[in-house]
This record gives sequence, C-alpha cells and structure tokens, in this order.
Amino acid sequence: MAVVDPVYGSTRRRRAADLAFRAGTMTALALVVAPALWLVVGVVARAVPHWRWNVLTTLSAGTSGGLENAVAGTLVLMAGVALLAGSTGVLTGVYLAELAGPRRSGRPGGGWARGAIDVLAGFPSIVLGYVGYVALCVALHWGFSLLAALLILSLMVVPYIAKSTESALRQVPTNYREGAEALGMSQGYALRRVVLRSALPGIVTGLLIALSVAGGETAPLLYTAGATNNLPTWSLLHQPVAYLTYYVWTDYNQPTSAAHVVSNDAALILVAMVLTMLVAARLVVSRTQRHAESAR
Amino acid sequence: MSTSRDDAPPSGTSASPPARRDQPVRRAGRRRRREDLAWRWGSRVAAALPLAGLGAVLVVLAIKAWPAIVVNGWGFVSRSQWLPGNTYGGVVHTHGVAHPQGSLYGAWPLIAGTLETSLIAVVIAVPLALGTAFALTERLPSWIARPLGFLVEILAGLPSVVIGLWGVLEVGPFLARHVYPLVANHVPNVGPLRFLTGSVGYGEGLATSGLVLGLMIVPIIASTTRDLFLQVPALPKEGGEALGLTGAEVARRVTIPWVRGGIVGATVLGLGRALGETMAVAMISGSVLGKVSPNLYGTMTTIAATIVSQLDSAATDGTGFAVATLAEAGLILAVIALVVNLAARRIVAHTGRLTAPVGRG
Repeated sequence: MAVVDPVYGSTRRRRAADLAFRAGTMTALALVVAPALWLVVGVVARAVPHWRWNVLTTLSAGTSGGLENAVAGTLVLMAGVALLAGSTGVLTGVYLAELAGPRRSGRPGGGWARGAIDVLAGFPSIVLGYVGYVALCVALHWGFSLLAALLILSLMVVPYIAKSTESALRQVPTNYREGAEALGMSQGYALRRVVLRSALPGIVTGLLIALSVAGGETAPLLYTAGATNNLPTWSLLHQPVAYLTYYVWTDYNQPTSAAHVVSNDAALILVAMVLTMLVAARLVVSRTQRHAESAR
Repeated sequence: MSTSRDDAPPSGTSASPPARRDQPVRRAGRRRRREDLAWRWGSRVAAALPLAGLGAVLVVLAIKAWPAIVVNGWGFVSRSQWLPGNTYGGVVHTHGVAHPQGSLYGAWPLIAGTLETSLIAVVIAVPLALGTAFALTERLPSWIARPLGFLVEILAGLPSVVIGLWGVLEVGPFLARHVYPLVANHVPNVGPLRFLTGSVGYGEGLATSGLVLGLMIVPIIASTTRDLFLQVPALPKEGGEALGLTGAEVARRVTIPWVRGGIVGATVLGLGRALGETMAVAMISGSVLGKVSPNLYGTMTTIAATIVSQLDSAATDGTGFAVATLAEAGLILAVIALVVNLAARRIVAHTGRLTAPVGRG
C-alpha cells in the first residue's frame, strides 16, 4: 500500500549526503573567509613595518615621498561625487520609487531610466574612463581635470545611489504615505517631511557605500584625473588631481623600495578608509533598526 | 525648500486677525504646488541624466571606434597580432583611414582572455557563494555569522587595486609554488586535461586572475543569495523537516528552488562584474599582448586590462589609430557586458514571477 518515494535513497546514504552538505557549506565559508582575512592582514603586514605617520603630511615626489596630495585628492573626489552623484542618484531614486507611475501591466514604471541605470551599473569602468579621456580631456580640451574625473566617477556610482534610494523608499510603509495624504499634505510635502525622512538611513547607507566605491576606483580616474605631486586646487579644469589608488597601481612594480613603501602605504590608507565607511554604514543601519517603528 | 520647523504654513508677516484665517493657507497652497512641481521635474531631470550619460558614452565610443572598425574589419575578432606599426614611419591609408605603416590589430587573445577568466571566476564563485550564504543564514549562530558576514561585505568593498596588489605579490607566488605544480604534475596529459599541464610560470596569468576574480565576485553573489534565503518563509522549510527531510534535502528541494531565479540573476551580475574588472586583472594577468595562453597558468590579458595598460602608449600614435582600436575593443567589451546585463534582467524578471512566494510563512 505505502509507496516509498524512490527519489530518496537509504537512510544511511541520506545522512551521509547531509553531512557532506554541511561540510561543503562550511568549507565554502572557510574558502571565502580565509582569503579575505589573508588579504586584509597582508595589506596591514606589508605597510605597518615601514609605516611613518608623516606620509599623511608630506607631498609625493613621484615614486617616493608622502601621500598628502593623494589623500587630499581622494577626499576632494569623494566630496565632489557626494555632491554630484548624490543629488542625481537620490533624485533618480525618488523618481523611480515615488513619481514614475506604475505601468498598466502593474510593473513599476520609469522603464527607460531603470534600464539606463541597470546598464550603467554593469558597464565596464575602464570604458567609461576611456570615453572620459577621449571626449572630455582631449576633444573638449579640458585636460586631466577634476571635472572630467568627477563626471565619469559620478556616472559610475549614480546607479548604486539610485538603487539604494529606491529600495529604501520602497521599504517605507504605505501607511505613512496614506496617513500623510489623509492629513492633507501635498505629495511633495509628504515626500520631504515623512517619506524621505523615514527612508533616510537607507539612503545614507547607500551613499556611504557608493562613496567608498568611488574612493577605491582606479580605472575611470587614470586617464581623466591624471597625476600630480601637488595638492588639489579649486580649479575644475586643466589641473590634474592626485588620488590614492594611482600610487598603489604605479608604484608597486617600480624598482626602488621607497616606491613599494608608497604603494603599500596607499593600500593601507585605502583599506582603512573603506573600513571606516562600511562601519559607518553599519552603525547607521543598526542605530535606526533599534528605533524602527516597524518590525522589518 | 523651506526649513520651517513644523507643519504650519509660514505665519503671515503682516496679517490682520480676520485675514489670518485664509491668506496663509492660500499662499501655502501655491507654495505646495510649487514644491510638488519642483520634486516632479527635479527628479524627472535627474532620472534622465544617467540615460543621457550612457547615451553619450555609447555615441562617443561608436564614433571613436568607427575608423578602426573600417580598417580592422571582421578579422579583428579572430586575429591574434597586436602590432602598432611604425609610429615614426610612413602613414598609409586604408579605406580613407590613416594608420601607421605595418599596424595590424587582432583582439582574439583579449576576447578569449576575458571570457576564460570570467568563466573560471563564475565556476569558482557560485559554489563558494552558495555555501557561504547557506552557512551564514542557516547554519551558524548569529554571533559568529554577523562578523563573518561583515567580513564578506568588506571583501566586496575593497578597491580592486588593493586586491590586485595582494594577488600579484602574495597569491600568485604562493599558488605557483605550492598549488599549481601539484595540479600540473598529477593531471594526466591527455585530451582536454592537457590544458591543466605544462609550465606553471610564476603565478601571473590566467589561473591566478580567474581565481582572484572569483573571490572578488563571491560577495556579489553571496550577499544577494543571503538576502534571498532570508526571504524564503520558514513554513515550507519546517514542513520539509517535518516530513523527515534532512537539511541538505530541504536546501535542495525547498530553499534553492524557491529563489532559483534570483540566484541565476546574481550569478549573471557577478559575471558582468568579472568581465569588466580592470585593475586586478591588469596587475595579475601578466599583461601579455598578442597571444592566447597555451595552458591554465600562462600569462595573458583581457580587453579591460589592455585598455588600461595600452591607452598611454596608444596616445603616441600620431594618426590616432591605436586609440581608435582601443575604442573598438572597448565597444566589444561594452556589448558583451550589455548582453550579459540584459540577460540578467530578463532572467530575473522572467523567473521572478514564477518563483514568487505563494504564501508567506
């Protein structure tokens, strides 16, 4: 009467398969975690023995010297990206989540903007850098410049910001919007005072992650920001900007050990910056989760 | 945008008591309408900017690549030579396009290298990412899963030059000394396995690039998969266990089928990232132009790595033909990335409907 499902083998074999599965997942985790630890520890171990705090206060001298100009340049680039890509990305996210009405099929609207963002998110960064070089630096005669670097970098990270803003806005309970409407608020007013405010942690988290991506980029900057031993100036055009990743890339295979020190120091500073941003993003999330009104 | 503290409309500055009742309301109404319009148009313009930027990028790339497409012809995707020609010598014209005498470009090694490294990366990354996601969501207590998850997140955020530096200074030499010889010396020298044998080199090349790329895309796939696993409701899984399924069977028959579309989509996203990854591969691949690696360990290059390492010297070509050729290579890469991304969108949109949770637990 009872038909045993032939799909399942003997109990012993099933138990063995389960054990293999458990062992497999743990092995996979170990194979990801161990290299990640090796990577971070390796960066620290290569830089710390030769670390001198004055790299932060000395200008670069080509393949030796300090990294003050690069740290300042990276911070300027990140600030510019926060301004340019931040405003564009957040507004794009608002458009996708709130203002592009749903299509008749019930799928979310804003198809073209969404498609462009998806394509840009997967677009090779070096191709963006190439286009920045031939179009902005050469054809428009901007030279290696802050503006060219910012435009290309922003184009690269806008999708991250737009996507995270959109998903943060979509997690705001519909009740909030309905409540705001019931109180007679206009859409824009409700957006500013109710919806954006409760989505703010998600938006800030996305922004922080996008900034850490921007600070760690190399390929879009090599041929748009150029290289210089000087501190960044306020001029948007014709003045190259130094940045940290450049020194990692150019100095690691130079013959002198001074260059290797510069390369390793730049890598350490980059890792420290990324860690700071990620921890900050985490803190934003955990702080607001504690105060969240809804369970999610 | 107003910064007034509370909901109240701006209090009338010169309003006498009777007018106070409706004048500010009318003024506020106008301002609200203006704010609505500002939001609507501001966000609409902002949403158009990425599209405009992408369009401009594609147009520039196509214009720049056109002379190279005309001269290099279809052979560009099948040839292996990468000869800039005599940049200080004569200039010849082919189909009306000036280029240095003796220049001959073929992108086959770059295309093959791009596809090979990405394939290795995906093959490595998918099982690792699935296992990691399972371990983090289903197996480990949260006090240990949380810090490990954060470590995976860090891995995703590390700059690719830093990963490249680690790859070329530490991973490559380690693998070439301790791992590759084991594989190369113990694999039988027959059929397709011949690809795994031969000289193992010094650690710069195809295998190391693929492995490091794999590690780089693990976080992309793992974090998406982890979020997907967390969305699988508990009831079906508990139901499976109540029927006597083991943990592995629940995973294979309930959890993974539930989110299969999402996993495929995340994998294709990771593939897109691997195809376009530049700096790490430029540092680890050995950057050898003009030849396809004869075995798994040989030096090679990819399209992205070639653009970043060759643009400098290409700019010295007075006819601009070398720069145009790089644009053609970039166009090929962009098209591959585009196809992959559109496929990911299709897959996710398609299977997303099929695997939509039926009843939330």
